[in-house]
Amino acid sequence: MEKRIILNSRHFEITLKRLASQLKENHHLFENTVLIGLQPRGIHVLSRLKKILEHDLKKELTCGQLDITFYRDDFRRREQPIIPSVTNIDFIIENKNVVLIDDVLFSGRTIRSGLDALLAFGRPKKVELLVFIDRHFERHLPIQPDYTGKIVDTLSSQRVSVEWKETEGEDKVVLFTQENKNE
Amino acid sequence: MNNLSVDHLIGIKDLTRQDIELILKTADSFKQVINRPIKKVPSLRDITIANLFFENSTRTKLSFELAEKRLSADVINFAASGSSVKKGETLIDTVNNILAMKVDLVVMRHPNPGAAKFLSERINARVVNAGDGTHEHPTQALLDAYSIREKHGDDFTGKKVVIVGDITHSRVALSNIFCLQKLGAEVMVCGPTTLIPKFIGELGVKVEHNLRKALEWCDVANMLRIQLERQDIQYFPTLREYSMLFGLDKKLLDSLNKKITIMHPGPINRGVEITSDVADSDQSIILQQVENGVAVRMAIIYLLASKIERN
Repeated sequence: MEKRIILNSRHFEITLKRLASQLKENHHLFENTVLIGLQPRGIHVLSRLKKILEHDLKKELTCGQLDITFYRDDFRRREQPIIPSVTNIDFIIENKNVVLIDDVLFSGRTIRSGLDALLAFGRPKKVELLVFIDRHFERHLPIQPDYTGKIVDTLSSQRVSVEWKETEGEDKVVLFTQENKNE
Repeated sequence: MNNLSVDHLIGIKDLTRQDIELILKTADSFKQVINRPIKKVPSLRDITIANLFFENSTRTKLSFELAEKRLSADVINFAASGSSVKKGETLIDTVNNILAMKVDLVVMRHPNPGAAKFLSERINARVVNAGDGTHEHPTQALLDAYSIREKHGDDFTGKKVVIVGDITHSRVALSNIFCLQKLGAEVMVCGPTTLIPKFIGELGVKVEHNLRKALEWCDVANMLRIQLERQDIQYFPTLREYSMLFGLDKKLLDSLNKKITIMHPGPINRGVEITSDVADSDQSIILQQVENGVAVRMAIIYLLASKIERN
């Protein structure tokens, strides 16, 4: 397995700050906006953006965590069922601007399930999508992000992993490539 | 481990501790779901479930049906009264006819012990036992464990649970004993000598015939109903005498030196095994058990449904 760092910790921080600035540009004081991170990995992006934004705006933002396990379209197509994570949305999103946040956008299926799952909490005024990494050649559904940290060109056999200093010890994005034995 | 070790839920006896913990953990997520404004998820929208009730049931039947509907499964209901069973059709014929309608999962309650196992060996669908005679009632034991866990925390080690009442005729008691022991709790049974099976000590449970002593020992008391419909002979002189010796009233509850948790699988015979003021007291979690029943059954069906083969 070949391993290549495509975003180091310095660029990682710059990217997060840029995403925060873009959010501020569109949502000003976040009066009618809520941020929702998708479980399990999108919540890390959310918590870092929340920290930056709350520091800049000097106010607390409304944030939630959404688990989409029961809304997936691949139930019974997998070997094993996925164990759900916690959903933590203690507010109603009726008429709110929602920013859905995830770490890697790949097929778009997770986001589709996320949109379904969101409906259980009300009818939002508008939903936007923020992703840290966009693997833009791999989409299965017509879903595009509104805010992107970094676009990467990848093959479907490759794997992208976003690592966080809180959980993995260092901020970085790594691209894994399966070595082809025939070559 | 994300998968159950069994293909059917026949009894707690067949489950491992990991299976039980997986079910309880999955139920946590479903409990969140059923407390949302929209209480439904689309997970099982391509699955058909048949609820076959060859014996009366209110709570269990409603709870299963609600659980199935909240998972978006298609549901068909069958009750033995008013069906061809009365015309002499055998269990396997009845079920095969229902399966011919392309059913993926069967929830069955039956008066004969072993009926669920019998069925699971002969049909090509997942089977959930919703009570088979005096044998097991696994979903009740799991929801009881879930309710205890909710009140007393994740770790069952050293938790003391007493099951009071008609142990001989109770499928809830047997399933509860297996479930609690697998999770590491200590179990005691309490009741008149005639209603405690002779060799129950071999299951590793304590036996007590004095209700006060049993209650002083335990953290949780699970009060069972006297199953008059299963008793072919008289096991105690009168209900009044049973109630005086084994009924729990507020006076007895308040006289204990600790606050124990009171459970009851329902239906309650108020004034027999517990009085109304105990059933409605703040130590009782009887209604929480009912709510948790839906979440736990959703978890069981969800986990078993992942084992249904795709056509």
